[in-house]
Amino acid sequence: MQVTLKIQRYNPEKDKAPWWGEYKIEAEPTDRLLDALNYVKWHLDGTLTYRRSCAHGICGSDAMQINGANRLACKVLLRNLGQVITVEPLRGYKVIKDLLVDMDAFLARYRSMKPFLITHSPQPEKERLQSPEDRERFDDTTKCILCGCCTSGCPSFWANGEYVGPAAIVNAHRFLFDSRDEGTVERIELLNTVDGVWRCRTIFNCVEACPREINVTRAIGEVKKAILMQKV
Amino acid sequence: MVQRYDAVIVGAGGAGLMAALQLAGHANVAVLSKLYPTRSHTGTAQGGIGAALGNEGEDHWEWHMFDTIKGGDYLVDQDAAEILCREAVETVYDLEHWGLPFSRTPEGKIAQRPFGGHTKEYGKSPVRRACYAADRTGHMILQTCYQQCIKNQVHFYDEYHVLDLLVSDGRCAGVVAICLATGEIHTFHAKAVIFAAGGCGRMFRVTSNAHSLTGDGMAVVLRNGVPIEDMEFFQFHPTGIYKMGILLSEAARGEGAILRNKDGERFMERYAPSLLDLAPRDLTSRAMYREIREGRGIGGKNYLHLDMTHLGAEVLDKKLPDITEFVRTYLGIDPRTEPVPIQPTAHYAMGGIPTDLDGRVIMDERNTPMPGLYAAGEVACVSVHGANRLGTNSLVDILVFGRRSGRHAARFVQESDWAPLPPNPDEWASGQINRLRNSIGQERAVDIRDVLQDEMMEKASVFRDAASLTAMSEKLKELRQRFANVKVEDKGTRYNTELLEAVELENLLDLAEVLVEGALVRQESRGAHFREDFPTRDDANWLKHTLAYRGEKGVTFRYKPVTITKFQPQERKY
Ligand SMILES: Cc1cc2nc3c(=O)[nH]c(=O)nc-3n(C[C@H](O)[C@H](O)[C@H](O)COP(=O)(O)OP(=O)(O)OC[C@H]3O[C@@H](n4cnc5c(N)ncnc54)[C@H](O)[C@@H]3O)c2cc1C
Ligand code: FES
Repeated sequence: MQVTLKIQRYNPEKDKAPWWGEYKIEAEPTDRLLDALNYVKWHLDGTLTYRRSCAHGICGSDAMQINGANRLACKVLLRNLGQVITVEPLRGYKVIKDLLVDMDAFLARYRSMKPFLITHSPQPEKERLQSPEDRERFDDTTKCILCGCCTSGCPSFWANGEYVGPAAIVNAHRFLFDSRDEGTVERIELLNTVDGVWRCRTIFNCVEACPREINVTRAIGEVKKAILMQKV
Repeated sequence: MVQRYDAVIVGAGGAGLMAALQLAGHANVAVLSKLYPTRSHTGTAQGGIGAALGNEGEDHWEWHMFDTIKGGDYLVDQDAAEILCREAVETVYDLEHWGLPFSRTPEGKIAQRPFGGHTKEYGKSPVRRACYAADRTGHMILQTCYQQCIKNQVHFYDEYHVLDLLVSDGRCAGVVAICLATGEIHTFHAKAVIFAAGGCGRMFRVTSNAHSLTGDGMAVVLRNGVPIEDMEFFQFHPTGIYKMGILLSEAARGEGAILRNKDGERFMERYAPSLLDLAPRDLTSRAMYREIREGRGIGGKNYLHLDMTHLGAEVLDKKLPDITEFVRTYLGIDPRTEPVPIQPTAHYAMGGIPTDLDGRVIMDERNTPMPGLYAAGEVACVSVHGANRLGTNSLVDILVFGRRSGRHAARFVQESDWAPLPPNPDEWASGQINRLRNSIGQERAVDIRDVLQDEMMEKASVFRDAASLTAMSEKLKELRQRFANVKVEDKGTRYNTELLEAVELENLLDLAEVLVEGALVRQESRGAHFREDFPTRDDANWLKHTLAYRGEKGVTFRYKPVTITKFQPQERKY
C-alpha cells in the first residue's frame, strides 16, 4: 500500500520554526509506524530524528503523537492508521529535534518520587513473604515503561508544568501499595502537595494514552484515598 | 573535555547497573549509556531468572550447574558455571530484598516455573527453577536495579555513546564518548572501566534484539588489541515472529504449543522423538531450517507455524498474555483460532570479551589481565554458556558477574592510581566522527546493512559450511570497501543519530568478520555452531575456546583450554 507520512520537522540548529515534511512511501499494511519512519530516515532523509530501541513496545523510547493520539511508533501498524498519517512530537515537552523531545524534567520527577523500596526492619535470610493477593494489589502499576504518553496527554499537566504528572504517581503507587514497603509516611508527604496528586482532575486521558494499558486514573484515585485515610 | 573518575561503567542494562551498585559509596563512579537506563534491552526478557531456590520442589545448585554445562555442549568453563549457579541463589534474594515484585507461591515465596534444559537429578525430569515476575522478569530486574541506583545516587551520563577505549602501557586509562545531545566528545579518564554494553544481534536480518544491539562494546575493545572469545557461537531462538523476529518465549511450547510445517505435520517427532517441541534451542532451530530447506515451509516460504489453537482462551489469556498480545498487535491474528507464522530469530551471543571469574578482561590463553579493564553481561564471555546458552541463564550471568566485576573493580581502584592518558586521547574518536560527518561518499548505510544482515542470515546462521563461510568472508571484504564510501546526510551536531548508526554499522562489520572467520576455522559442530561439512563434535581437536584478534592482517587466532572440574564431556542426548 501507499501511505503519506506528514511529519513535523524542526531542527533548531537550522530551522526558525517547525515545518511539515511529506513523504510518500510504499509499505506493507503490517509494517509498524516505526518501520515507516525508519524507511524515511534510511532512504529519503537521513536527518529525520527520533528515539527507538526495542521495536516491540517494551523500552518506551518512541512515544509520539500519531494522528493526534499519544502512541508508541513501534506498537501501531500502518493498516490501522489510514492513507495519510500525521506524526508529531509528544506535547508538553521541549522539542529538541523533529520527534525527539527533552524528557529530562519528566524523568527527574519520576526519580523524585523515591521509586525504590523503603524498609527499616531487618532483612530475612531468604525472601520476604508476600501473598499472591498482596502482590496483585500493585501489579498494574509495575508495568510502567516511562514512555511519557500519559503525562504528555494530561490537560492538568498542560495547564501547569509543575504538576508531577501521572507517570510519577503511577510509580509512587507501585511502592505505596507493596505490602513490603515501610515508607508510607514519607511517600504520602511527597504526594500530598499542590503539585502532587491533587492536580489530577480525573480526565482519563492518561488511561487512553497508556500503551501498557495501565489503569492510571484508578491508581491515582487509590493514592488520593490513601492520603485521605492516612493509610493504604 | 576531560572528566576524571575512579571507575566508569559502559552500559546501564542489568550487568552495568549491578556493577555500579558495588562501586557506589566506595568510589567515584559514573555510568555511561547510549540509552536512558530503563530503555536497555534487559527490560525485554520475559521468561525468568534461574536459581535453585527449591521453592517448588527439591533443587540444588549442582543440578543447575550440570544442566548449564550440558546445555553448553561442554564448552562451558566449569569453575565459572559453579559460581554462576551457587551465587544465583543469593542474587535472587538480593533482588527480592530490593523490592523486585516476583510472582508468588500460595505460601508467599518466590514462584518458580520449568524451562527448557533445566532438570532435576542430572537430567531425569524437568524442575521448577526459573524465578519470574509474570512475563516481565527482565523489565522488573532492570527497573529494580535502576531504582537501587537512584537510591544510592549513582551518577549517570545518559545518552552518551562510547566510541573508544584508552590504553596506555598496557593499562586501561579510560574511554572516549560522544554526548548525543550536544555532539561534544568527552574523555573519561578512569582507573577502571567496566564494559557492560550488551549483545550484537543486529548483524542478522531476523533478530529478537533491539536496534541498539550493535556490539559496540566488543568492537571498541577489539579495535584496541583485546581478543574476542567464541564469537562463532550465536544462538538462534526457534520462535520469532515471522520477518519481525519478535520473541515468543519458550513458555508457549512449555504450555503445549506445537511446531508444524505446511502439511500440518508435527515435524519435531522426526527430530527429537522424546522431547519433541521442547528440545534445546540449537537442535530445534536446526530442525526448522531443514523443514524450510526441504520445501515444507508454509506456502513454500521460509517460515513455519506455532500452533496454539488447542490451548484454549484460559491458558492464552492467563499464562501467555504478553505473547498473545504480541501476536494480536503485530500479526493481527488471534492465536486462539489461527496458527502463528514463526521462524528462528537471532537471539544471543554466547561469545564476547574474555574475562576471568572476577570480570577482569584477559588478553591471552594464559589469562593475562589488562589492569583496570573489566567486562560483564552479554558483552562478555566468562564462559558460562559455552556453545549454547540455556534459557534463564543470561539474567543470572549479567547479575552474578556484573556484581563480581563491580566488587573487584572497587578494590582495584582503592589500590591503584590512574594510568597516564595517552597524548590526544580523543584523536581516534574525533577522527572517526569527522571522517563520517565530512564524508563525500555515495553509499547509503542502509544498503550495506541490508546486505550484511541478509547474507549473514543465509551464510552464517544456523547451518554453515566452508563454501558459505568463505563466500561470506569475501562479501564482508566488499562491504568494508563500500563502507569507506558511506555518506551521512546529517551534518549537524545534536542527536546526529544517522552518524551514530554508521558508527554502529562499522562495529557490526568488524564483529561479523570475527564470527565468520572463527566459524570457518572451527571444523566441528558443537552447540549453536553447526558445520554441515563437519557435522559432529570433535573433542580431540576442538574442546577449546577461540580467542580472535583483529589487526592489520585480518583476524588471527589463539586457543584457550576449557576448564573442566566436576563433569567430564559426554555425548549430548536429551
Ligand atoms: C526478547 C528477549 C528475551 C529474553 N529473555 C530472557 C530470559 O527470559 N531469561 C534470560 O536469562 N535471558 C533472556 N534474554 C537475554 C538477556 O535478556 C540479555 O542477554 C541480557 O539482558 C543482557 O544484559 P546486559 O546488561 O548485558 O545488556 P543490555 O541490557 O543489552 O544493556 C546494554 C547497555 O549498554 C549500553 N550501550 C551499548 N552500547 C553502548 C555504547 N556504545 N556506549 C554507551 N552505552 C552503550 C546500552 O545503552 C545499554 O544500557 C532475552 C533476550 C531477549 C532479546
Ligand atoms: S522502540 Fe521500544 S517501545 Fe518502541
